[in-house]
Amino acid sequence: MKISRRNVLALGSSMGLGAALFRSSHALAKPGPLPTDEPPPPKLALTGARLVESGKKPVDGVIIEIDQGKIVTVRAGKASGDIDVGGKTVTAGFVDLLTQTGLVEISLEESSRSTSDARRNDPIRAGFRSADGYDPASTVIPVTRLGGVTSVGVVPSGGLVSGKSAWADLQGRADDVAVGDLALHVQFEHAEGELASTGTVILRLRELFADAQAFKRNPAGYDRRQMRKLRASRIDLEAVASALDGKIPVVFHVNRASAILRVLELTKEYGIRPVLASAAEGWRVATAIARAKTPVIALPLDHGPLTFDARYAREDNAALLAKAGVAVALSVGETHNARKLAQVAGNAVRAGLSRDVALAGVTRAPAQIFGLTERYGSVSPGREANLVVWSGDPFELSTRVEHLIVRGRQVPLRSRQTALFERYR
Amino acid sequence: MSGRWLAVVALVVTSACANASKTPPPVSPAKMAKVDPPDAPWRREATSTGWEPKIDAPKILIRGARVLIGDGREISNGHVLMEGGKIVAVGDGDGDPTGAELVDAKGKVVTPGLIDTHSHLGVYPMPRAAAHSDGNEITAPNTAEVRAIDAFWPNDPGIPRALAGGTTTIQALPGSANLIGGRGVTLKLRKATSSRAMHFSGALDGLKMACGENPKRVYGRQKRAPSTRMGNLAGQRAAFLKARRLIRDWDEWRTGEADRVNAFAEARADHAAKSQQRTERETWCAETNAPTADTKCKKWQKSWEKEPLDAPTLEPGKPPPARNLATETLAAAIEGKVLVHVHCYRSDDMVNMMALADEMGFRIRSFHHALEAYKVRAELARRKIAVSTWADWWGFKLEAYDGIRENAALVEAAGGMPVIHSDSKEGIRRLNQEAAKAFYFGQNSGVALKPGTWIRWVTKNPAWALGIEDRVGTIEVGKDADVVIWSGDPMSVYTSAERVYVDGLERHHGESRKPWSDFEAAP
Repeated sequence: MKISRRNVLALGSSMGLGAALFRSSHALAKPGPLPTDEPPPPKLALTGARLVESGKKPVDGVIIEIDQGKIVTVRAGKASGDIDVGGKTVTAGFVDLLTQTGLVEISLEESSRSTSDARRNDPIRAGFRSADGYDPASTVIPVTRLGGVTSVGVVPSGGLVSGKSAWADLQGRADDVAVGDLALHVQFEHAEGELASTGTVILRLRELFADAQAFKRNPAGYDRRQMRKLRASRIDLEAVASALDGKIPVVFHVNRASAILRVLELTKEYGIRPVLASAAEGWRVATAIARAKTPVIALPLDHGPLTFDARYAREDNAALLAKAGVAVALSVGETHNARKLAQVAGNAVRAGLSRDVALAGVTRAPAQIFGLTERYGSVSPGREANLVVWSGDPFELSTRVEHLIVRGRQVPLRSRQTALFERYR
Repeated sequence: MSGRWLAVVALVVTSACANASKTPPPVSPAKMAKVDPPDAPWRREATSTGWEPKIDAPKILIRGARVLIGDGREISNGHVLMEGGKIVAVGDGDGDPTGAELVDAKGKVVTPGLIDTHSHLGVYPMPRAAAHSDGNEITAPNTAEVRAIDAFWPNDPGIPRALAGGTTTIQALPGSANLIGGRGVTLKLRKATSSRAMHFSGALDGLKMACGENPKRVYGRQKRAPSTRMGNLAGQRAAFLKARRLIRDWDEWRTGEADRVNAFAEARADHAAKSQQRTERETWCAETNAPTADTKCKKWQKSWEKEPLDAPTLEPGKPPPARNLATETLAAAIEGKVLVHVHCYRSDDMVNMMALADEMGFRIRSFHHALEAYKVRAELARRKIAVSTWADWWGFKLEAYDGIRENAALVEAAGGMPVIHSDSKEGIRRLNQEAAKAFYFGQNSGVALKPGTWIRWVTKNPAWALGIEDRVGTIEVGKDADVVIWSGDPMSVYTSAERVYVDGLERHHGESRKPWSDFEAAP
């Protein structure tokens, strides 16, 4: 049985899928209670899938069975399922690791932002947690997932150490946040002020890491004030200490090649697991990055001398990094248009990245970078059922998303924008 | 300028007087009336002027290509012949190769060079630097007097990169901080050492105006007007009222000057006629033997004494209206000598701006960004206002909250004129993708679109929006040889511009990492 976009609701209800589908779509039209403690999603099966995964040849005629939000089986064969995708391409849900989804509704409206702890001028905001400000009711969420993006990194901004990011699955439910303490984020790119100086950034980081080390060795002493004065607050020190333990990685938003080398040295010195974000000049030190086994979240669209820290940004940065053996995830780098991720991946391919590595860059690599491959990044048993059915080549401009499954629930292909379109068409 | 005009009048008058002193006056009022008072400056010098280079382009024949004309038509296997910077032939098959350099474009697609109605290349160049932040003259909400051509940095490394993406013509605009930001300029992406050498000869300047959040935010923060949308409109209305006043002042001054000169000419003619008559009578009285002459001549003599024949003098004229570059620019906009481009997002802001345009008597050529154009698309189509927009930008501010991906498609289906613009150094490298995407969004949502229309959104339509549609925007004989050869279907994400010609000269070929900008010069 083939389910078109139009009749998905009617068919769904005839198959026992209806309750969940109807509720979520109804909630879109007329917001009701925030979905939170409903029973786990019912079983769901996709059949007739052309399964496309990085590192593997595409397989046709695949059945994907889902239960309790997880993928249970992935096998070839013929059987009737709830959704016959008719030979269309199915991939793992795409992931953009550098967004502020759920933290910002309107970029310029301060009242709609929860992207940063801007209480004070202190650039050390390590204790700030994106997860605490994440709003699953954000209208950005349905818009984003219509691009086939089912998970995002929710990243704080501002300051030198902005705080901790989260991993969210874009269901629009109270339990979207899957990992609340994903990584600590450090910003190298400052257009003005003392932090515009790379040397100052490194200096303040050394200071902070040393303070966190001292704190970690003797937290009781810190509480009894039997310690030299530390600049950061207790909650910030705790957050940094968790990075020094290697419990969470630290994402360095950095572009200049020489600054990347400093990051690699500094993190080695302090036992920190680094991830590089943006890394526009990464290609110039690709071997060093590869040797340090440091992954990169690349932004393939912008290139050219964007800033004095990214003078040698090239459009084939991702391709050159991958060639050197670096694990590369791809990002749009823009919250409201994280939905463009497929197009961005396509452009990375245009610039020389292989299709396979580009697909990994939006599926497997993001999971790998944060040690989440047991839960995300592939269509295999045990993984969260985050799946996208595409009308064609996922990266092509003509392709549209035909079905979306997030944590085992089929979500309607609707958003505030599609509602506006219907109203004015 | 006023001095020059008066000197011209004086010259005519003195030569007339000189003639009059010898022979009966030949000056006729008709001849005097030919002297036209100088016209308002914006009518004589409306546009930014360039120092365009002389084009010495070779004869090049592109063959074997699928040719997208730019207006929706296409040739499945055709040729394009360029010579001297112009397209001299286009059609089916291989064309005549005589004397031409051949470019084999089998399997490739040829389109006109893409045109971006909204770019800040050169005025907000790469790299981001305070010293190069030249796009917003944020010192007063109306700076209609400033010109993008005066700030445009021809070494912006974004220029060759935009060209490598198939863009050949841009309108470089001032930013949207101001209600009236100044003049935009239409440029070709030539390698040059000045903006003047990139100027699109003959193109009218654009006037950049802005509605909505930006001006009121920028000035509201400074506790100055405008701080509300009310203030926005009030400021624009006041500025255009001044321009209308200036137009009237010029009309009045010119009429006054013409009247003054004509009155003088009439007086001169009258004086000349009387002088001639008197001379004739004096001669007659001196020579006559007529019996009645004495009485008659005495009577005349008396009247001549009573009414001495003084030569008329030219009344001093008034100086012409004082120069005001800002107001003159707006006057030019009212008279269509400068094309009005309005940054506006919301449908109600656009409607308010159309009402202002009606009230003040100017035409809006294009709304820019126009994310809610779909809500008022019938009106925009009726007025033939181009809608310069993006494929999918939204949400960065509240007035951009209602952006939908079908905006351009809905405008097209309503008979309007969508344009995909970039407003971005990144998007300008992939205008083909953005237009294709906007087309597919519409098509996938069931908006009725004719196949092939998407290309118009980055070629023919922007050419119209910039008033250069007779020169570029389609591949037709006589048009500028601004041509792109794509590696494949330009609607595909994997396709790149392989060769780009501007005025028939190849400006990009293949991998384009050779730094063209002096900024990127390396040993």
